[in-house]
Amino acid sequence: MKELPRQRTETLFTDRKGAYTRQQALVEAHRCLFCEDAPCTRACPTHIDIAGFIRKIATGNLRGSAGTIFESNILGRSCARTCPVEVLCVGDCVYNELGVPPIQIGKLQRHATDAAIEAEWSYFEAGAPTGRSVGLVGGGPASLACAHELRRLGHAATIYERHERLGGLNTHGVAPYKLKADIAVEEVDWVLSIGEIDVRTGVEVGKDLGWEELESAHDAVFLGVGLGADHRLSTPGEDLEGIVGAVDWIERMKTGQVDVSEVRSAAVIGGGNTAIDGVRELLGLGIERVTLIYRGDDSGRSGYDHEWDRAKREGASALWRAVPVEYEGTGRVERIRCARLDGDKRPTGEEITVDADFVLLAVGQAKLGDAIAAALSGVESEGGRLVVDESGALGRPGWFAGGDASNGAKEVVNAVAEGKRAARAIHEHLGGA
Amino acid sequence: MPDLTANCAGIESPNPFWLASAPPTNSGEQIMRAFDHGWGGAVWKTLGTPIQNVSSRFGAIHHQGSRGVGFNNIELITDRPLDVNFREIEEVKKHYPEHAVIVSLMVETKEEWKEIIARSIDAGADGLELNFGCPHGMCERGMGSAVGQEPAVNERITSWVKEYSTVPVLVKLTPNVADIVPHGLAAQKGGADGVSLINTIKSIIGVDIDRMVIEPRVGGLSTNGGYCGAAVRPIALHMVAGLARDPAFQLPISGIGGVTNWRDAVEFILLGSSSVQVCTEVMLRGYRIVEDMIEGLESYLREKKVDSVAALVGAAVPTFSEWGDLDLNHETVAKIDPETCIGCYKCMVACHDGAHQCIFPARDDSRVPIVDEAECVGCNLCEIVCPVEGCITMVEVDNGFTPASWNDHVGDGKTLRPKKGAH
Repeated sequence: MKELPRQRTETLFTDRKGAYTRQQALVEAHRCLFCEDAPCTRACPTHIDIAGFIRKIATGNLRGSAGTIFESNILGRSCARTCPVEVLCVGDCVYNELGVPPIQIGKLQRHATDAAIEAEWSYFEAGAPTGRSVGLVGGGPASLACAHELRRLGHAATIYERHERLGGLNTHGVAPYKLKADIAVEEVDWVLSIGEIDVRTGVEVGKDLGWEELESAHDAVFLGVGLGADHRLSTPGEDLEGIVGAVDWIERMKTGQVDVSEVRSAAVIGGGNTAIDGVRELLGLGIERVTLIYRGDDSGRSGYDHEWDRAKREGASALWRAVPVEYEGTGRVERIRCARLDGDKRPTGEEITVDADFVLLAVGQAKLGDAIAAALSGVESEGGRLVVDESGALGRPGWFAGGDASNGAKEVVNAVAEGKRAARAIHEHLGGA
Repeated sequence: MPDLTANCAGIESPNPFWLASAPPTNSGEQIMRAFDHGWGGAVWKTLGTPIQNVSSRFGAIHHQGSRGVGFNNIELITDRPLDVNFREIEEVKKHYPEHAVIVSLMVETKEEWKEIIARSIDAGADGLELNFGCPHGMCERGMGSAVGQEPAVNERITSWVKEYSTVPVLVKLTPNVADIVPHGLAAQKGGADGVSLINTIKSIIGVDIDRMVIEPRVGGLSTNGGYCGAAVRPIALHMVAGLARDPAFQLPISGIGGVTNWRDAVEFILLGSSSVQVCTEVMLRGYRIVEDMIEGLESYLREKKVDSVAALVGAAVPTFSEWGDLDLNHETVAKIDPETCIGCYKCMVACHDGAHQCIFPARDDSRVPIVDEAECVGCNLCEIVCPVEGCITMVEVDNGFTPASWNDHVGDGKTLRPKKGAH
């Protein structure tokens, strides 16, 4: 993999949830009730034995603690940082029922997994070679989790990734106050250390390598291709300078440099988590006025409440029930003319103009399922998502999928769970017990 | 306002809270500060031939984030010159005539006892406490617990002391014996005015598993120490109550052992202590804890409509029965309050792994466990592990059987209810 440049805009951010000191971790770990059939574990898509790993932190068995995490979730280190724990494990901590602050599971998981990767403890060995080989398309969390599990089961694995680096959104898309690209890349290396995962970067399957070619090179295929490019809305003036796709811009910020020093006021179009991330990132880079523009109400946005609450505390403002109808400016965007919408997102006839010399479009990304389904008989897509059964199998024998490409865009932890699930199904498909 | 004054074996103090003979009572300056905070009395750090101490001296148990729930020490008696100690005793008594100053003593020969008693009384001691309990260091020299473990020696030395003392004498007992009663009776026979217990328990507090050396470390070695702190309270309560309920034992008791607050102190008082001594909690948190102890005791007495500490002494002693006299037909079962249950299932795993397998998962998604009352033996384990106060209660069941103890059953053939959970 290509080395990350040291000068990256993302390094300006500090961790939103910082690392625990050993003592802080112990205090928090000792608070855990060690529930039976714990609701936190049930809430975790990878079903980490949370009470178990926390108890091991409490007793000073950090190596065992991280082992418990990795046994369920090989990307436990990035999940500790990226998971929306507020709506998963922490949200289901029984302490919430008691009106007591819930256990900070993400921070404890970070404590254990950071220690393990920094100390280079190893937990897993590749299984005895089966002579079977699996091709994995996309190098994000789903494929990494799938490839690692396949190696444990003794299968050969080749990852094809169109970027120069693996890690998917962990490397290219997660807000830098949660996870930085260098940590993501370090984790990728750690996952690959199980050995003999063949990595082909700069290869876009379907373009640089044909689908049939891929199929004939391997005994099974896993599609963890994620999502495609940022959507654009073809609004007049959208090609003015200063209007960029959010995912594209975040990727440049994380793996290189972006310059917003001249920006005075910015707008982010959209109501999802990428939009809110964009708002917080722009505020974090020192832009004083950042406005979220969303066509629905505050209650209708799909971005998490806990994220938007933080954005507001950091100074974000919002324009609800509004949609850009024209970006105005000479050469560079200067203002956005928006139509006001009613509760059913229909124009009211009113207009409002918002000053903005920088605009992030966070109105979704291309879904890749339709094109893949068109190219491969048996593979089906629905609304752009690849259709998989409960094991992760596609309609074409030997083909499997997981992550955003099939779940439509969930969390890193879902991708990991689906990648691992698919690995088990692939193993079965290849005749393993 | 309830009367908080205490009188233990003729030693009077404004409240029943005394500092035990230990580092917090090492000097006059400390004791005067303690009295300013509100302590009713202090037992001076044991006087004898001044010794030399080691470093380090203390070890502790930290359990799941709580520091010092158990504590031990290998410190010996005073290391300060006797002249200095006596001068300071005099000064304390001059400034605090209403507070109790009890001087703890430990010497060997009858002559030494005679001399040190005279000097203590001259200095103004309100009482003497004979240290027959120290389980480390001094016992190797034939004193401390070496005396306390031999009833005959205990009785003899107590009688020497009584021969010379004009002030009340408490004998401090060691818990490092199989049965405390003969030792209390020996002190009584020797003429003691009261007993104080427990002294510390012989212990090894722990091992440094990195260095593989016992703690507390003195270079590469350690030794057994005296165990104290909150964790020893149940042992102390048992010994105090054991003496208090013995018909032959008639002396007042000063209760010691793991008292951390007014609630603990009330327990000792209810089991027969007319004063309560505290050391470890003060070492961990300072003299200032006494303010809450006084307020808490006062509120408790008001709430219970008891007008004095004296009226509370021993109130729970009659409840200390033999197992054979417990009612085997008394039946309780666990009840879980679905409103306050938080669904942690701790009761369920405790019941399954550590009790009688009668708590089961909810059949719906409520996560409120289900108790099979027909199988529940009423052991309390679920209530103990439940993190929600008052969520699990042990409810009495009217099973139609009249009370019957094992002794009733064996002696009078009374009928016992069918056993539960014994399949």
